[in-house]
Amino acid sequence: MTPIEVNVERTAGDEGGGRRHPNTCPSCRSHFRDDELRHSLRVCAQCGHHFAVGAMERIEQMLDPGSFVEIGSELRAADPLAFVDLKPYTDRLLDAELATGLGDSLVAGSGKIVGRPAAVAVMDFAFMGGSMGSVMGERFCLAADLAVARRIPLISVTASGGARMQENILALMQMAKTVGAVDSLREIGVPYISVLAHPTTGGVIASFASLGDVVVAEPGALLSFAGPRVVEQTTGEKTAPDFGRSESNLRLGQLDAVVPRRELRGELAKLLVLFSPAEDEPTGDNEPLPQTGSDENPVDRVLGMFGLGRKRG
Amino acid sequence: MRTPSIACLACLDWGESVVRVSDEVRRLRKRFEARAEESQIWDAVQLARHPDRPYTLDYVERLFSDAFELRGDRAFSDDEALITMLARYHGQTVVAIGHQKGRDLAERTRRMFGMPHPEGYRKAIRAVELAERFGYPILTFVDTPGAYPGVKAEERGQAGMIARSVLAFCQASVPIVATVIGEGGSGGALAIAVADRVQMQENAIYSVISPEGCAAILWKDAGQAKKAAFAFRPTARACLDLGVIDTIVDEPSGGAHADLDASARLLDTALRQSLAEAEAIPPAQRRAMRRAKFRAMGVWGVADEPTNQDF
Repeated sequence: MTPIEVNVERTAGDEGGGRRHPNTCPSCRSHFRDDELRHSLRVCAQCGHHFAVGAMERIEQMLDPGSFVEIGSELRAADPLAFVDLKPYTDRLLDAELATGLGDSLVAGSGKIVGRPAAVAVMDFAFMGGSMGSVMGERFCLAADLAVARRIPLISVTASGGARMQENILALMQMAKTVGAVDSLREIGVPYISVLAHPTTGGVIASFASLGDVVVAEPGALLSFAGPRVVEQTTGEKTAPDFGRSESNLRLGQLDAVVPRRELRGELAKLLVLFSPAEDEPTGDNEPLPQTGSDENPVDRVLGMFGLGRKRG
Repeated sequence: MRTPSIACLACLDWGESVVRVSDEVRRLRKRFEARAEESQIWDAVQLARHPDRPYTLDYVERLFSDAFELRGDRAFSDDEALITMLARYHGQTVVAIGHQKGRDLAERTRRMFGMPHPEGYRKAIRAVELAERFGYPILTFVDTPGAYPGVKAEERGQAGMIARSVLAFCQASVPIVATVIGEGGSGGALAIAVADRVQMQENAIYSVISPEGCAAILWKDAGQAKKAAFAFRPTARACLDLGVIDTIVDEPSGGAHADLDASARLLDTALRQSLAEAEAIPPAQRRAMRRAKFRAMGVWGVADEPTNQDF
């Protein structure tokens, strides 16, 4: 695919990204057609910037085609506080549903990755900033229930500004509720893999998203409890440009890996293999694990030179 | 419609006007009630933050004997915004965990106004593990504007440590009672508030964000805090109605700061009752029951036609 170079006129306030076309790369300003972006997993072909991915598209990218079965799709947010700010909460919900086609900020279900089953919970930042309310919490718990019932790993992909203020205290309680769901996985030894996408902040990173047995993040994602603006406004401290980014979190020991989106499916497949029992081998009709080429085991390479080979797996 | 004055009431055509007047009265009464609730919510916000309001140590002094403070997270430092201790409560040893704001400026600075860093939560986890080893009940006192939102706190893993603290409270098999005694501010409060019984003092507040923070984001003006507080109702009454807390603990008239000893006595009565209830749960079931208690929290509806069913 060829990216189309466009000259985007710089205007005051443009740096904030507020007026940028959603398909224009904020870091190198290359512009793409939507089908090009979809094909490149919404990664900028010029500079590698990771664009936001909707929940359904993420599921397409991650899971074997046709393997996804959704659960809890019928759940919709109620408005227990009859909350109105500049707009009623119910209007915001309606707008978000019309814009994304989703009932709330998380899609739950099950599917397969290279033939291995997993429960999945995938968030969508476009639905009210990926905020965590009652429905999001319940759907995450449904995915965890499914993982417990079938004893299959749970994979979550998060993108969230935090708890949903319009549900106030009930939104806060979703932190306890989702952590409880992770506890139910831990109690019986079901693996939980947490993938953090840009941004994962507030109540979501301060609850289930940080509790994966393995926690990985996409490059350049903002992963912090408080965002840089809140830190600066509240404490008067200056934040560095790499504040809270995946790469700094990796350096500071808060993550296991930073995984580019193109390698995510392969890395998840590898983890599902590693977390499976020794005798549980994939059947012959599964496609082989994606190889990353240079990562070939040196022992295998040496054996190969002598025309020998070890039996894989 | 203009409210008719008494003078002109006499000369009205009563048949229609009585209806109109009573409509007007009903509307006014509704507005007064709304105003009353609004001012009551704002009273609670101010009382919960009152500089003389009793803090965790004030209750520790009055409720416990032989208190011994457990300090340090055994990894980095001792966070004085969150205190943990071993203490005797009505003849049995308990582990007490609470946020601690300071009284004067020096102490407030030292205790970061009750806003813990990750070390504070690591210390809390240490205290939960200790309680678990010896089977001591855990009593927590929640009073924080929130976890400290600073660069260093972030670098040392604030979010992850809050998550791990919530998890530690989920996993404990000993009885836990949490009481919100002032400000229950967001994740920094919840980190020590997952319990078998959750209580809130009458004028305490518990919310996902401060009214100022909510106003700044949703109204784009922190000055609209009063409006925000009214919209998201952080009061004990609202929390009880939504099933988030189990008990409202009375305060002396005028608020907890009006009479510290009386507040402590009222808290003691409620605490004994809640602890007895938590202790009555069979230990083997406590973890699952606590999980189920929080699982039930949330309100939602069901759509007729799922929008993405055909994906």
